[in-house]
Parts: sequence; C-alpha cells; structure tokens
Amino acid sequence: MTAAYWLPVIFAGLMALAMLIYVILDGYDLGVGVLLPFADEDDKDMMIASICPFWDANETWLVLGVGLLLTAFPMAHGVILGALYLPVALMLLGLILRGVAFDFRVKAHADHKPWWNAAFATGSLLASLSQGVMLGRYLTGFEPGLAAWGFSLLTGVGLTAAYALLGAGWLVMKTEGRLQARAIGWARHSVAGTALAVIAVSVVTPLVSQRIAEKWFVLPDFLLLLPLPLISLALFVTLALALPRLARRQAAGNDNFCWLPFACTVGIVVLAFWGLAYSVFPQLVIDQLDIWQAASSPEALKVILAGAAVVLPTILGYTVFAYRVFWGKAHELTYQ
Amino acid sequence: MELDAITLARIQFGANITFHILFPTISIAMGWMLLFFKLRYNKTRDNAWMDAYGFWVKVFALTFALGVVSGITMSFQFGTNWPGYMQTVGNIAGPLLAYEVLTAFFLEATFLGIMLFGQKRVSNRVHTLATVLVAGGTTVSAFWIIALNSWMQTPAGFEMINGQAHVTNWLEVIFNPSMPYRLTHMLLASGLTIAFLISGVSAYRWLRGDRVPAVAKAMKSGVFLAALLIPVQIFVGDMHGLNTLHHQPEKIAAVEGVWNTEKGAPLTLFALPNEETRSNDYAITVPKLASLILTHSIDGELKGLNEFKGAHPPVAKVFWSFRVMVAMGMLMLATAWLAAWQLKKRGEPAAWLQRLLIAMTFSGWIATVAGWYVTEMGRQPWLVYGVLTTAQAASKVPAPMILTTLIMYLALYVVLLLSYVSVVFYLARKAGKPAARPSANLKEVTA
Repeated sequence: MTAAYWLPVIFAGLMALAMLIYVILDGYDLGVGVLLPFADEDDKDMMIASICPFWDANETWLVLGVGLLLTAFPMAHGVILGALYLPVALMLLGLILRGVAFDFRVKAHADHKPWWNAAFATGSLLASLSQGVMLGRYLTGFEPGLAAWGFSLLTGVGLTAAYALLGAGWLVMKTEGRLQARAIGWARHSVAGTALAVIAVSVVTPLVSQRIAEKWFVLPDFLLLLPLPLISLALFVTLALALPRLARRQAAGNDNFCWLPFACTVGIVVLAFWGLAYSVFPQLVIDQLDIWQAASSPEALKVILAGAAVVLPTILGYTVFAYRVFWGKAHELTYQ
Repeated sequence: MELDAITLARIQFGANITFHILFPTISIAMGWMLLFFKLRYNKTRDNAWMDAYGFWVKVFALTFALGVVSGITMSFQFGTNWPGYMQTVGNIAGPLLAYEVLTAFFLEATFLGIMLFGQKRVSNRVHTLATVLVAGGTTVSAFWIIALNSWMQTPAGFEMINGQAHVTNWLEVIFNPSMPYRLTHMLLASGLTIAFLISGVSAYRWLRGDRVPAVAKAMKSGVFLAALLIPVQIFVGDMHGLNTLHHQPEKIAAVEGVWNTEKGAPLTLFALPNEETRSNDYAITVPKLASLILTHSIDGELKGLNEFKGAHPPVAKVFWSFRVMVAMGMLMLATAWLAAWQLKKRGEPAAWLQRLLIAMTFSGWIATVAGWYVTEMGRQPWLVYGVLTTAQAASKVPAPMILTTLIMYLALYVVLLLSYVSVVFYLARKAGKPAARPSANLKEVTA
C-alpha cells in the first residue's frame, strides 16, 4: 500500500467529513432561514439571533469542502462544477442574498427590514433547494433526461425538508416560550417531509443506478449495512413519538430534553450521509473518475495533509470553544 | 469585441473578483484599526474609544459578511470558469488555497462571532484576543492569496512534468520574486482605504453636527494614518513597478504606452493607445522621463510592445487603469497631507476640506481596483505567466448559460454595492448622539 493509494483515500475522507459538518452546521442555520416566513414578526429577530454568531464559521466548512475538492482532486473539480453550473450559480445567489441580509436587515433603514427578511428567507430556500438538486445531479452521474432531473428535484425538496428539521430542532433547543412551541410544530411537519424524502431517495437511488444497487443488495454486505436503515428508522420513530410529548410538556413549562429533536436529526443526517458516501465510494464522478484518477500529485497532498493534521484539530477546538461561549441561552432555556 | 464564451467567463470572473476585493480591502486593515481603538480604550479607559469601536465594528461586520459571500462565489468560479487552471497548476494553487482556508478563514469566521456578539460573555482580555485573531486572520488570508496571485505573475520553484506543474521548492513558490512587493502594496492599499473611509465618514458626521469625542478621535486617526501611509505607498508602488519591469516587461510597456523599443523613452501623460496602428493617438509626453523613472538613467532602454506582438496585454485598458490609480494616489497625497497639516495647525480641517474628505470616502476602492486591473489585465494573455494562457484554462460551459448568470450576478452586485454605501452613511446618521455639541471645534472635543 503506497502513499499514492492512501493519500487520495484520506483526502476523500477529509472532504466527506467537511461536507458532513457543513450539512449539519449550515443545515440548521439555512433551515432557520427557510422557517422564517412562518414565524411572527416579533420572533424573527430571536430566530436570527440564535444563529448569528455561528453562520459565518458554518459556511466556511463549505469553502473547506469545495477547497479540498479543488485542491486534492483538481480533475474532478472542473467536471463536477462544470456539470453543476446552473444549480451552483443559483446556490451562490441564495447564499449571497441570505449572508448579506444578516447584517442589512438590522443595519439598513427600518422600513427596508421586511425586504431584507424576505431576501434572507428566499436566499436560504434557494440555497437549500439548489444544494439538494446538486446532490441529485451528482448521484445520477449528471445524466440528462427527465427521470434524472425529476430525481434531482426530489432530492432538492428532501434536503430542504431535512434542513428545516435541523433548523426547527435548533430553535427548540435554543429558544423558549411561544417561539419554542412554534418550533416544535415546525419540527413535526418537517419530520414527515424528511422521512418521505429519505425513503424516496433510498428507494429510487438503486433503481437509477445499477452500480449502487449492486453495492447494497449483495450478501453479506447487505446484512452488515442493515443497521444503517434500522437505526435511521428508530430515530424517526423517536422523533415522531417525542415531539408531541415535548409539545405537551413545553406548554406546561417544562422543556427537559429540548435537545432531543436536534440530536436525533443530526443522527439521521449522519446515517443518510454515510449511506450515500458508501454508495459512491471510491468513485468521485460516478462512472467517470475515481478518487485515484482525480487526485493531485502525492507531494502536493502531503503538504496539505501536514497542515491539515495540525490545523484541523485546532479548528475543531476553537469551534467548540465558540459554541461554549454562546451556550448561555440554551443553558438558561434548559435549566431555568 | 465579440461576446464569446471565454470573454463572458472573463467578464463574469472579473466582475466577481472586483466586487469581492472591495470588502477584504476594508476588512484587512479595519480589523487592526478596531484593535487600535480597543487597546486605546484598555489603556485610557476613555469611553470615546469604545464608542468609536462600537460604530466601526458595525461597518466591519457588514463588510466582512459581503467579503465572505463573494469569496465563496470565487471558490466555485475557479472550477466553473477556469477548470484548466487547477488541472495544470493544481499542485501549487491547491496547497496555497488550502492553507488559506485552514489557517485564516476558520480563525476569522469563528472568532468574529465572539468579537461581535461575545463582549458580555467573555472577559475583556478574551475579547481583545478575539479581535487580534480576527485581524490576524484577515492578514494571513491576504498573505496566502497574494502569494498565489504573485506566483501566477512570476512563477518560481516548480517544474513542468507531462503538462502539470510540480513543486521543487515551496519557499521559492511562496516567496516568489513579485510576492513581497505585491503583498506590501496591497496591505498599504488596505490601510489607505480604511484611512479615507474613516476620515470621510467621520467628516460627514462632524459636519452634520455630531461633534462627540468618538467622531473627533476617529477622524484624527484616519487622517494621520492616511498622511503617514500615502508616501510609503508611492515609494513601494515604484519599487513594485521596477520589479515588474524586470519580470514582465510587456506589462510595463503597456503601462507606459511604449510601442517600439527605445532609449530615452518619453513619459506619456495622456494618450489614446491604438492597437490597430500600433501607436498612441493625441499623445502628450515628457521627453526621457519614462526611462529616467524606470531605469534611473536618461538614456536607459525600454522594451516596446512590438517585441511581444500577439502576446502582450490589451494596451489601452492597462494604460488607463494605471493612470487612474496614480491620479487617485496623488489626490490622496494632497488631501491627506493638507488635512493633517490643518489638524495640527488649526485643530480641525477646513469645512471645504472636510467635504473633500467625504467625497473621497471610497477613493481607496477606486485606486485599489484600478491597480488590480493593471496587474491582472497586464498579465494577459497569460493566466499563469509563461505557463498557461487564459484561453487554455477556459471551461466549455455554453455562452448563453454564462451570459444568463452574468446578468444575474451583475444585477445583484449593483444592488448590494448601492445598499452597502448607503447603509454606511445611514449608520453614520443614525449614530448621532444628543450629547453632541454642534458648534464645537474638533480640538476642544478631543481635549
């Protein structure tokens, strides 16, 4: 086993990790944006305040993910982003709109605030949908045709539902009172949407791709993989049972376990991501390029790896620190 | 000019990178200025410094957000617009970009949250540290990206194997011949941009009668910083030019509008360079001066554009961008020194001069963008000088698709730019305090 074999594997892992962290972290703040139009005017400031200290660092994981694709797999970067040209442009439009709205909505003239709120919600929705469509296009190997695009729209709606669920879970954890009650309601709606999407994607993916079907439905792999859907199912059931109970208890002023919906959702996202990563690996562009064909030279990868080995743990360390600094609200909300 | 796919891709990338650079240009130096305000407060416990911090940190947050989102766009457009770039020089550009993300982006983004919203949640020391880390992060980010850009101008420390660049010496890659000059030039440009931004907005508040110590202190900080940096910038700019003459003579030939190689070349003050006739129309020149400036000898030889026929940059664009930059620099010098002198002498710049400062609030942007046009357009037709042309790196995305997204981006950038400028002045109006003494002199207020 040589460096030329292992380095691309390590970098594929790092890239997947960055993308997973991105989907969870930016997922909850995009989700809060998607939910914004459903909130009362008075609650909107609170919703955005709950994500304001974090969103910027959250989005940096996307830059890292794309950066790793760009730097470690330059051959695939051009192919993937060229094929995803339109959804990428729409996602960027969405991210720009919502990113600037964080500041403009409170700093611009008060009369303009509803406009910036609308820009924030629209941008969040556009970015979520586009990312989901990108996922669908990627999984179908950028195939043309109605079926492949239909599948991509499905993943677009599915990922948006998952983000909304993450966002609702975050709000249930970070807020209290009326807004928290509303957030529990939003979570109940999003669970149904997310479950449908996960099931649909799981059923359709092997139908669309012969190769992925072969990876899953052979023995003994199938048995080894079985825990994945089973645990996901258990998490969905937990959510479906816990949310109504949480709503009843919250109304009575007790919000113990308010972190549970968020934690379950993170679990579902991790498992779904793992399933997709397993389906694709070691291909980078399905049926076109694998990670070894697309990788940079081993010398370049070693240079990046040396830096990443030192810096990534540091980044994780101060990210935890930042979340602890802003722990307060969640802390008060849970125990006071 | 025909709007083919590659032209559209260049306009799109150029529009995005122009829009993007506006914001880092402010946030790089503004981070350090905020630290200065904070350290002054830590030392003097004078609330005016904290008020100045409180006002400018809002502008900083807004600027930072615009820089982040336009930067994310760029990380994608490398791939969507120039796939051949990473495929050819990915072994060099990749690690440099990766180090920028790893050592700078996360640092600044994470501690920005604490810097902006954590003042009451952490101790003053940790908050000061967060400010240091954010300012340091922006500067480290500038270091990596300028290293890469300079490498594209003056590539070093690599060899080509099977059409791909492979590193032979990382120190030579990072500290390539033009890198120290370009980095210094850019950091100074950032300092000057915020110096005029702060002076302009403070003068605006002052003339509106918002005469509080925080405004007076900020104006003084801005004016003195500008007066201090502008001569240094002119000196460094000259050195940068000499460095370019050595490594990219055709860029300087375009800057000076020199068509034929000649000894004792004149300095062309005004002209309309004409690529059809390969000469300058309506030229106003000063004999021998270009040779004197660039070679420090009256009869020094300058290489002309005709030696690089078919492989030199578009002359008029580079020629005029350079003149816009230099004119802006001269105007900055005059304004900053006069304002600093009047501050010393009379305690306050005259009202007309303050109005000029207001007009020059965003003058740093014009000079910086013009300077970047000189160096980036001046590198054409190369993307990586002598290694890869822009045309070779272009993507195969069809022109109508690029045009559609280009229009979308342009519309968005215009709206955001107008919003940004108007919000900065709106914040300035809103910050007005009832405690202000509308007729006070600046010296009385700071005393």
